[in-house]
Amino acid sequence: MLGASMRVAQAPFRLNFRDKRTRGILYQCLCVASVVAAGLYLFNNVSENLARQSIATGFSYLWREAGFVISQSPIDYQPSDSYAKALLVGILNTIRVSILASVAATIIGTLVGIGRLSSNPLFARLMLLYVEALRNVPLLLLLFLCYAVIVTILPPVREALQLLPFVFLSNSGLAVPSIAWSNDHTMIAAAFLFGCGLAYLYARHLRLRRIESGTDQSNWPLISAIIAIPPLVAWLILRPELDLSLPELGRFRLAGGAQLTPEFVALFVGLALSASANVAEIVRSGILSIRKGQREAAAALGLRSSRIMRLVILPQALRVIIPPMTSAYLNVFKNSSLAIAIGYPDVVMVSNTTMNQTGQAIEPIALFMLVYLSLSITISLFMNWYNARVALRER
Amino acid sequence: MTAEDVSISVQRYRPSLSLKSRLKPYFGTPVNGAITVGCILIIAWALKHVIAWLLVDAVFTGAPAVCQQQGGACWPFLVAKMRFMLFGFYPFEEQWRPLLALLMFFGTCGIAMIPMFWGRRLLVLGAAACIVIFWLMLGGFGGLVYVPTSKWGGLPLSFMLSAVGLVCAFPLGVLLALARASNLPAIRVLAVVFIELVRGVPLISILFMASVMLPLFLPTGVNIDNLLRAQVAIILFAAAYIAEVVRGGLQALPKGQVEAASAMGLHYWQTMRLIVLPQALKIVIPPLVSLFIGFFQDTTLVTIVGLLDFLDTVRAAMRDPQWQGIAVLEGYVFAAFVYLVFSAIMGAYSRFLERRFRVGHD
Repeated sequence: MLGASMRVAQAPFRLNFRDKRTRGILYQCLCVASVVAAGLYLFNNVSENLARQSIATGFSYLWREAGFVISQSPIDYQPSDSYAKALLVGILNTIRVSILASVAATIIGTLVGIGRLSSNPLFARLMLLYVEALRNVPLLLLLFLCYAVIVTILPPVREALQLLPFVFLSNSGLAVPSIAWSNDHTMIAAAFLFGCGLAYLYARHLRLRRIESGTDQSNWPLISAIIAIPPLVAWLILRPELDLSLPELGRFRLAGGAQLTPEFVALFVGLALSASANVAEIVRSGILSIRKGQREAAAALGLRSSRIMRLVILPQALRVIIPPMTSAYLNVFKNSSLAIAIGYPDVVMVSNTTMNQTGQAIEPIALFMLVYLSLSITISLFMNWYNARVALRER
Repeated sequence: MTAEDVSISVQRYRPSLSLKSRLKPYFGTPVNGAITVGCILIIAWALKHVIAWLLVDAVFTGAPAVCQQQGGACWPFLVAKMRFMLFGFYPFEEQWRPLLALLMFFGTCGIAMIPMFWGRRLLVLGAAACIVIFWLMLGGFGGLVYVPTSKWGGLPLSFMLSAVGLVCAFPLGVLLALARASNLPAIRVLAVVFIELVRGVPLISILFMASVMLPLFLPTGVNIDNLLRAQVAIILFAAAYIAEVVRGGLQALPKGQVEAASAMGLHYWQTMRLIVLPQALKIVIPPLVSLFIGFFQDTTLVTIVGLLDFLDTVRAAMRDPQWQGIAVLEGYVFAAFVYLVFSAIMGAYSRFLERRFRVGHD
C-alpha cells in the first residue's frame, strides 16, 4: 500500500519481532505452511483411501469405451466412442445451451429493462411483475416447472402447436427447420469471416484518416461490399446444395427438420427467462445512470438524435452495463449445470455417468470443474478486454 | 412560516383529483393508449386462466380420481400432502417439533430484522434460539426422542441450510475479504485463489465434491453425515461471494480512514474492528441481503445430491403412487409460491434497509 517514495524513507530491515515487516513475513509463512500441511494431509488421506478401496487413479479411463448413449449431440457420437469424446459432447452441449440462452436473455431482458422505464405506469408495473416473479423463484424450480409443462401439459406430437411456420411445439420438444451442413458451407462461413476481418481493417484505416484529416471519411458502400463479396464469390464457385429440411406435421409424427428434446427446451427456456430478469435490471440501471444533461448537451451541440444515442448515450450506458452483464452471462453458463436435474446431457451429467461407471470420483469432478473454470476465465477475459475498450479514458 | 408557504406546501402535497390528469399517463398519446389497452388485455387473459385453474375448474374435496377428471387445480393433493411437503420424513407424531422450531426461527428472524434490536443482546438471543432449535430438531435428551439428520427434511431443512450457511459464511467471508485487501502478498494470493476458484465453478460442482469426494479426503474411519457435508459446501460457496461483496465495501471506504486510525495508534485488528468494518459493512448491507435471497434459493440444489429439502419433499409428494400423474403442476406452483413469498419479504426488507441507510453520512 505504501508508495515507492515512502518505502525509501523507512528504516533498514532487521529481523526483529517488533518490526511490522518481520511479523508480516512470519504470518505469511505460517499461513502458507498451514495450507501446505492441510494439502499434504488430505493428499495422504486420499491416496490411502484409494489404495484401500482399490479405486483406479489417473486419466487413462478417458480413452476407454464409454458405452452409454447421449440423447443429443452436436457432433457425431456413438456409445462405442471414448469417455473423452463423451466429455467433449457434454462440453459442446453446455456451450450450446448457454450461448442460446444468453442471446435470448439479452434480447428479452433489454426490452423488459426499457419497458420498466416506460412512461405508461401500467406497462412499467407489468414489467416489474415479470422481473420480480422470475427473480424470486429458484432456478431449479423454474426448470422443473418448465419441464413438467412441456412433458405433461403440451399436446402430443400428433396435435403439435405451430408457433411459427415450420416450428412445432409438442410434448416431445421443439421441431425446427435444419440444413444439412457440409464443408462447402464452412468455406462460405470462413469467407464471410474473412470479409468481416478485411472490413474491420479498412474501417480502422478510415478512422485513423478521419482523426488525421478531421473530415468525414466514411464509405459505407465499400465496407458493405468488402463484407459481402467474399462469401458471394465462394458461393458462386462452390455452388453448394441448399439441403433445407422443414418439419412437416404428418398423421402420427413430425417428419423432417431437427427435433430439440424437451430437456433442451426446458433448460433453454428456464435459463433464458431467469437471466432475462437480471439483464432487465442491469439495462435499467445502465440507462438510469446517464444524466439528462448529457442528452441535452449533445442536442445543444447540434447532434441528430440517432447520433446522440450512438455517440453519447450508448457508450456511457455500456460502461455501466458491461461489468454486471459479464457476471450475468457467467451465471447463465454456470447455472446450465442444473441440466443434470432434468436430464440434459451437459458436461456435469456426462461426468456423473462417467463417475458411476468407472467408480473414479476425483478425476471426472476435477475435469468438469476445470472446464467451468477455464471457460469462466475465458469469458471474463473477453469481457474485460471489451470493457477496457469502452471504459472511460481517464487523463 | 408565512401564509404563502403553507398554501404552496398544501398544493404540493394534495394529489390532483381530476380524472383527466389521472388518466393522462395511461392514455396521453395514441401509442400510450394502445399500450394500456394491450396490457389490460394481457392481464385479463392471464387472470381468466389463473382464476379458472385455481378456482372455477378446481377440485376442492375428493379422491385422486376426481382430480384426474377435472382440468383445474387439485386442492385435495395439497391438503393430503401438506405435512409431508413441509416436514418430509420426520416422524409423524414428532412433527410439532420442526413446526415449533420453524416458528421460533421466524420469530428470531423477525426480531433480528428490526434495526432497534441490533447489538450484543441480539447475538445472545440468536445463539440461544439456535441451541433450542437444534435441540428441538435433533432431540436425544430432555425428554425428546432422538431423530437422526437423515430423517430431517422439508421447509425446516431448507431454512436451516441457508441460515446456518449464512451465519457461518459471513465471518469467513469478511476474513477472506480482509485477506484479499491485505498488503501481505502470500495471504492475498491465497485469498484470491480461493475466491476465484469457488466463484468460477457452479455450486452444484462444489456440492458434488462435498458429497462424493469429501469422504475420500477424510482419514479412514471418519465419516461426516450427508447433511453436514452439504452444509460445509454451502458455507464455503457463500463465503467466497460474501467476500467479494464485502471487498466492494472496503474499496468504497476512503483511504484516509485507515491512515487516521494508524495515526491514532490503533493496530491492524483494532482498525478493522472499530473503524473499517463498521463503515464498510454498512455500505454493503443491501447487496448482501440480495445475495442472501440468492443463497436461500440456491439451497434447492441440495436436491441433486440427495438431501430432502423443501423442493425435494414437494417432488417426492408428487411422485406418490396415489397422486402420480394427477397433480403434475400443483406441487411446483405451491413451492414457487412459498419461495416467492419468502424471497419477496427479504427483497422488501432489502429496500427498507437501502432507504434507511441512504440518509446519514452524506
